[in-house]
Amino acid sequence: MKLFGYELPQMSSLILWGLLWEIVGRLEVTFFIPALSDIFVTLLEISTTKVFLTALSETGYAFLLGTVSAIVIGIPLGILMGKNRLVDELLLPWVNIFLSAPLTALVPVLMVLFGFGLQAIVITTALFAIWIIVLNARAGVMQINRSLVEMAHSFGATPKDAFFKIYFWAALPEILGGVRIGFIRAVKGVIIGQLLISIVGFGALFELYSSNFLMKHFWAVLIVLFSLAFILAEILAYLEKRVSYYASRRAA
Amino acid sequence: MSETKQISENAVEVRNVFKNYGDVEALRDLTLQFPKGQLTSLLGPSGCGKTTLLKIIAGLIPATSGEVLVNGKPVTGPGPDRAFVFQDFALLPWATVLRNVAFGLELRGVPKPQREEIAVKYIKDVGLSGFEQSYPHELSGGMRQRVGLARALSVDAQVLLMDEPFSAVDEQTRRKFQEDLLSLVQNENKTFLFVTHSIEEAVYVSDQIAILLPRPSRVSEIIRPTGFRNKDKDSIRRDAEYLDIVDKIWASLRTYVE
Repeated sequence: MKLFGYELPQMSSLILWGLLWEIVGRLEVTFFIPALSDIFVTLLEISTTKVFLTALSETGYAFLLGTVSAIVIGIPLGILMGKNRLVDELLLPWVNIFLSAPLTALVPVLMVLFGFGLQAIVITTALFAIWIIVLNARAGVMQINRSLVEMAHSFGATPKDAFFKIYFWAALPEILGGVRIGFIRAVKGVIIGQLLISIVGFGALFELYSSNFLMKHFWAVLIVLFSLAFILAEILAYLEKRVSYYASRRAA
Repeated sequence: MSETKQISENAVEVRNVFKNYGDVEALRDLTLQFPKGQLTSLLGPSGCGKTTLLKIIAGLIPATSGEVLVNGKPVTGPGPDRAFVFQDFALLPWATVLRNVAFGLELRGVPKPQREEIAVKYIKDVGLSGFEQSYPHELSGGMRQRVGLARALSVDAQVLLMDEPFSAVDEQTRRKFQEDLLSLVQNENKTFLFVTHSIEEAVYVSDQIAILLPRPSRVSEIIRPTGFRNKDKDSIRRDAEYLDIVDKIWASLRTYVE
């Protein structure tokens, strides 16, 4: 966007909203909205405390395990569905159901099945992320140029070669898109897991701060979480852009 | 080359091949020989099954019945004795020219230094030196097909299967390709199977032209130009026999064009 002839950097509108927040906070309209500057001061204060760092590492660890398993299972499964009609017919309805299902409602079942520990949280996180990863990998494979597959076949490619040298790369732009959305959903999953299953990590902090009406602390943790999720999504969007140059030229 | 030798040595033989897609009969009882070291064109209107036949010979799709022999051995799938050149080039968009040309060898398990050495040689042969590190989207259509050709040549198969290789390049490039193809047939001791829908192209480049007609697909005629094959590339298009054959083929094909 341009203002008075100057090109504004992306998301400079945030400055405006930040100012508004600061004003509303200073006017002490509601305890729910403390001044933004106070929140950042609190953020600096708590960011070195052991409670915060433990929470960060607990949430980060569960998030990492959950997303990695979603990727490791989801991408091959999606590619397989795109390649094989029978597998696709069998699994596609389930993938679609789980993609749109309110997964939060399943969390109590997961607790019964997997207990109240890390395992259940990781599975919740993976369940939030995996379906869109599967669907995108599948979509990526389905639009693959048939003659690339024929080419590999004609030069004697084994199924393994075809999988790693053709299908994966041809579907990579879509796969990365799926991983990016999957990561965003996984943030939701890990927090829901840590609120509902066992009160640990950032979930515990949210619980602690909101029930004690420590709004500055509450907002500080929320801002940290938003920023982390945002940075992750941006990194993946950047990678996606780097490989998508060939998505539009796949006929080549 | 004597007439008897041409007939006795076939690189590829197609015997009584049928191909059905459900109720649709793509090929019916097709029998055809491809002499070793020569270029044979499959020429015909669209829908006559010429690409289907080429892909059956490549082992990419199975025949419903009948037999295909390559150097006397029946075809059961793709093999190292054949290499395919694709109409739409079929290059890996995420790989450099060097890797694309070496890709056939990569799939055959040739170690990287060796396969890249071979690839560099063929990149030079097709006139793309200096473009080794370029990506397909940085090349013109003609250059992309040169990459596809170099890839097929680098695996050193005896039989080259070319599926309308020049149909996606512009007219000038196409003429240059046709001239280069003549030199290639002369210099490389390989057998070329060439699918095209251009009459002039088929007559210009072929030692033997098989005319395929649709509904049901069959070989209607085999033409062997004799007079101008050893002439200078530039004078072929003015040769009387060349012009006669072009006219004759058009006369037999025109009824199939709506």
